[in-house]
Amino acid sequence: MRKMISAVAAAALLGSGSIAAQADSLKIGMMLTLSGPPAPLGEHARDGFNLAVEQLGGQLGGVDTEVVIVDDELQPDVGVQRVQALIERDEIDMFVGVIFSNVMMAVYQPLIDNEIITISPNAGPSPIAGEQCSPYFFSTAWQNDQNHEVMGRFAEDQGYERVIIMAPNYQAGRDGLAGFKRHFTGEVVDEIYTQLGQLDFSAELARIAGAQPDAFYTFMPGGMGVNLVRQYRQAGLDNIAFLSAFTIDETTLPAIEEASLGFHSGAQWAPDLDNDVNRAFVEAFEEKYGYAPALYASQGYDAALLIDSAVRAVGGDLSDKEALLEAMRAADFDSVRGSFSFNNNQFPVQDFYSVEAVEREDGVYVTSIVEKVFEDYGDAYAEQCPM
Amino acid sequence: MTQAAEAPAVPSKPRTPWITRSGLAVPLILFALFAVLPPILVVSGETFLLTILTRIMIFAIAAVSLDLILGYGAMVSLGHAAFIGIGAYVVGIMAFHGVSDAFLQLLVVLLATGLFALVTGAISLKTSGVYFIMITLAFAQMAYFTTTSLAMYGGDDGLTLRVRSTVFGMSFLGDRITLYYIVFAALLGAFFLCRTLVASRFGRVLQGCRQSPLRMRALGFSPYRYQLVAYVIAGMLAGIAGALLANQIAFVSPAYMSWMRSGELIFMVVLGGMGTLYGAIIGAFAFIAAEEILSHFTHHWRVIFGPLLIIAVLFARGGLISLIFARRGSG
Amino acid sequence: MLLLLQIKRAEQSIAHRGDAQPPGCSGSDGAPYATGANVNTILLTVQTLNGLQLGLILFLIAAGLTLVFGVMDFINLAHGVQYMLGAYFMVLFYGLTGHFFAGLVLAVLAAILAGLILEIVVFRHLYDRSHLDQVLATFGLILFVNEGVRMIWGSVPISIPTPEILQGAVVLMPGLLYPTYRLAVIGAGIVVAILLYILVTHTRIGMQVRAGAANAPMVSALGVNIRGLFMVIFGIGAMLAGFAGAMAGPIFSVEPGMGDHVLILAFVVIVIGGIGSIRGAFIAALLVGLVDTLGRSFATDFFRLFLDPSAANSVGPAVSSMLIYILMAAVLFFRPAGLFPAPGK
Repeated sequence: MRKMISAVAAAALLGSGSIAAQADSLKIGMMLTLSGPPAPLGEHARDGFNLAVEQLGGQLGGVDTEVVIVDDELQPDVGVQRVQALIERDEIDMFVGVIFSNVMMAVYQPLIDNEIITISPNAGPSPIAGEQCSPYFFSTAWQNDQNHEVMGRFAEDQGYERVIIMAPNYQAGRDGLAGFKRHFTGEVVDEIYTQLGQLDFSAELARIAGAQPDAFYTFMPGGMGVNLVRQYRQAGLDNIAFLSAFTIDETTLPAIEEASLGFHSGAQWAPDLDNDVNRAFVEAFEEKYGYAPALYASQGYDAALLIDSAVRAVGGDLSDKEALLEAMRAADFDSVRGSFSFNNNQFPVQDFYSVEAVEREDGVYVTSIVEKVFEDYGDAYAEQCPM
Repeated sequence: MTQAAEAPAVPSKPRTPWITRSGLAVPLILFALFAVLPPILVVSGETFLLTILTRIMIFAIAAVSLDLILGYGAMVSLGHAAFIGIGAYVVGIMAFHGVSDAFLQLLVVLLATGLFALVTGAISLKTSGVYFIMITLAFAQMAYFTTTSLAMYGGDDGLTLRVRSTVFGMSFLGDRITLYYIVFAALLGAFFLCRTLVASRFGRVLQGCRQSPLRMRALGFSPYRYQLVAYVIAGMLAGIAGALLANQIAFVSPAYMSWMRSGELIFMVVLGGMGTLYGAIIGAFAFIAAEEILSHFTHHWRVIFGPLLIIAVLFARGGLISLIFARRGSG
Repeated sequence: MLLLLQIKRAEQSIAHRGDAQPPGCSGSDGAPYATGANVNTILLTVQTLNGLQLGLILFLIAAGLTLVFGVMDFINLAHGVQYMLGAYFMVLFYGLTGHFFAGLVLAVLAAILAGLILEIVVFRHLYDRSHLDQVLATFGLILFVNEGVRMIWGSVPISIPTPEILQGAVVLMPGLLYPTYRLAVIGAGIVVAILLYILVTHTRIGMQVRAGAANAPMVSALGVNIRGLFMVIFGIGAMLAGFAGAMAGPIFSVEPGMGDHVLILAFVVIVIGGIGSIRGAFIAALLVGLVDTLGRSFATDFFRLFLDPSAANSVGPAVSSMLIYILMAAVLFFRPAGLFPAPGK
């Protein structure tokens, strides 16, 4: 229905003979975390986005596209400054970014105040999904809590009664564990918070071994997760189910390898998600970059496809923001994650899966879909969004 | 920095003009530049450079205050960013609770940073050398971890400043040029305050303590008390820089007080040339400008920036300002 | 509300931890984990071992740092980078040879070589400079090497597999299982510490090193080739850091910037121990390792004794992160030159 409205709107616009014709070029500012330990996340998102632009012949929506990529260095104030440079110096038409919520919270206001259409290929902090939502903000990823909620439900479905949950002691960590508990009604035996950047988990693992829960849930991104999973195996805790989100994915699997086999994660996408767009995406991605894409890459790729669809729908006319936003909201494109629509807060309503680490036939370790946990699932904060 | 070479430079030693003898030539040129740049930038449409210049001046305030204790008191603090963070958090937390009056905020910033400096300085100054470096780092880390655990104020994610500071209920810090000149005024104030201090009896005692604490003690001075006062003043000035940073970014984050930031401040001072105050301004300018320019070209900018730092140390003894004076001396 | 409820539940179950026999995990893998009253003892023992292991790795890094600082009066921030290089060389040579111990030997040799190259190219020109110049230049080196490593190996963490014979876990006592590799790290750390102790206290070069730590100009005046001595000390430091990096590889992931965090910890260690003192570094490293590990595991429980659980959950981790800094500040407050200040300084 929405699709039709936007098509009609676009047609009406073209038909009205307005002088605003197709723009000469589309300039997209992209800010990701490309340095420091979390750099792989930003690199995946960047490569995914660039792949789409390249496949579309350097054009999004039929308009020549230039992508200006900057690094936020995971510093909120550096991020704000880089965003201001993108807006004023580079005069970007749209913004794609960022990876981390703390940077997102810092750059959100300057972007929205300048009415820059913003697409997040990763970070989805709850205030932006809730009361601070904006018509200029779209997410092609998820709200931060959702992948944790998936594992909470999964643990519930598996009949685990006692779990220990663990995350780094920072906002996303605390939100993640709260998300896990949203659908899990069993007993949380212990809730452990670790130091951010911690590399040795022997203390925590000893606690887990002592408590002997049915399952262990963790959110431990990047190098922390690599260490945790490997140390978990070394500690011989094989009898306790290992569940996680944003811990075992294609950015960490090259380092974790067989230690992660059989461990479950919550995700909205995996390389073997069965649809044509995705198969083509994964094949092209691996051929071009020589490594398996993680969900961040799929989110970057979808961000480009979303822009492509919207710019195409308005006939390449970037001057009418309202029409462009309307076309964005339609999400009229074939996502690599299959069906996908926007909620009122412009976060995706999508399916979520439990995925499992496997070794592919070519020896590459990837995540693989196990089963669908949520269908057409929106986030918990959408109702607080006044839009 | 090339403009400094155009200063009324006279190689002959006697009869130098007052401006050169006073050591004010370079800073005055710097300040004149800062003063006239905004209209030029606005006219030429390069307004984004205003943002970077404002940031440079904010860090220059912190760097000048660090130079006061580092260059004149030989107190190498690896915890100076903590004061920036505390200043920023005071503004952020007060704004969060609806108190946005700039004067009230300033008062609390000075009290909070002054108190933190007094307590940590009183303990830290019992040590010296690298032990002082590490103990100041320790206190800064404690402040850092405290803010990351402030769940009510966003913890690690930081805190968005809903309202910028207001003066008599009016908000005009959102305007970039106004903010620029307020920061500029603060930098002028900080610079001349530190300069006056350094030239005063207090400053001479402080420098005497650096050269020979023993002699100063013999003369009846207590180095500890002078150093502590300098430490507190420097902390408060850095707190003001933090309050300004919070207003510029409209966001406060624990990242402002990470130890890397403290390290960067030291680099600004050493890079520019310590013990001159204006060297710190040049250092802040060079450091942030180099980072901005290099990162614009490549994401691997650190591969270039690192060796540049090494070269700067090896070949510009006494900091960047030594290059200016070396050139002047030879030519 | 829900959150509070959950935490309360967690609280209760913690109180009963120990006597709960969880369903579905009655030692199916034969994992002899304790259930019963001795759980806390075992937890404490395991944590203590972990603390020792962290402390020994820290010692390997701190030993070189404190010698270089003490004898050469040179602050080498790039020491953490040498630890990282050790780990990356391990990745490289383990990959090439396919053999853990051959890889280890080659990695350590390469680390020494890299250290000596750095010494000749950069550090040598900094010995007579101020501490601040040294800090600035070696920080530049950190930026360069971190980014260089990233360009070569990428920013994705790399793992080093545990060698075949050190896989698995050892039963130390009934109900106490401990990873073999970690025991090996503890053993290797102790062996190196003893060797270093003998080297420093019972050899001629060690005597010069100790004398250098106390008064370097005097040693030079007495006719000792100070340049040569510096090279030796530097080589030892690079070797120890590289060895630590290579040994840490199978426990920690290998990634760019892995040395930065360790560097700060190593500085904390040498400052607590007293600069130039190997004995001080050893004791301080164990102290830091134990305080950090035990603090992390028990701080939250400790605060739960007198705070409500949600407050304890936020205060505990924050305090445990601060503990080593509190420790350092406290030590320096009472002993401004560390626990074992080098004589003559």
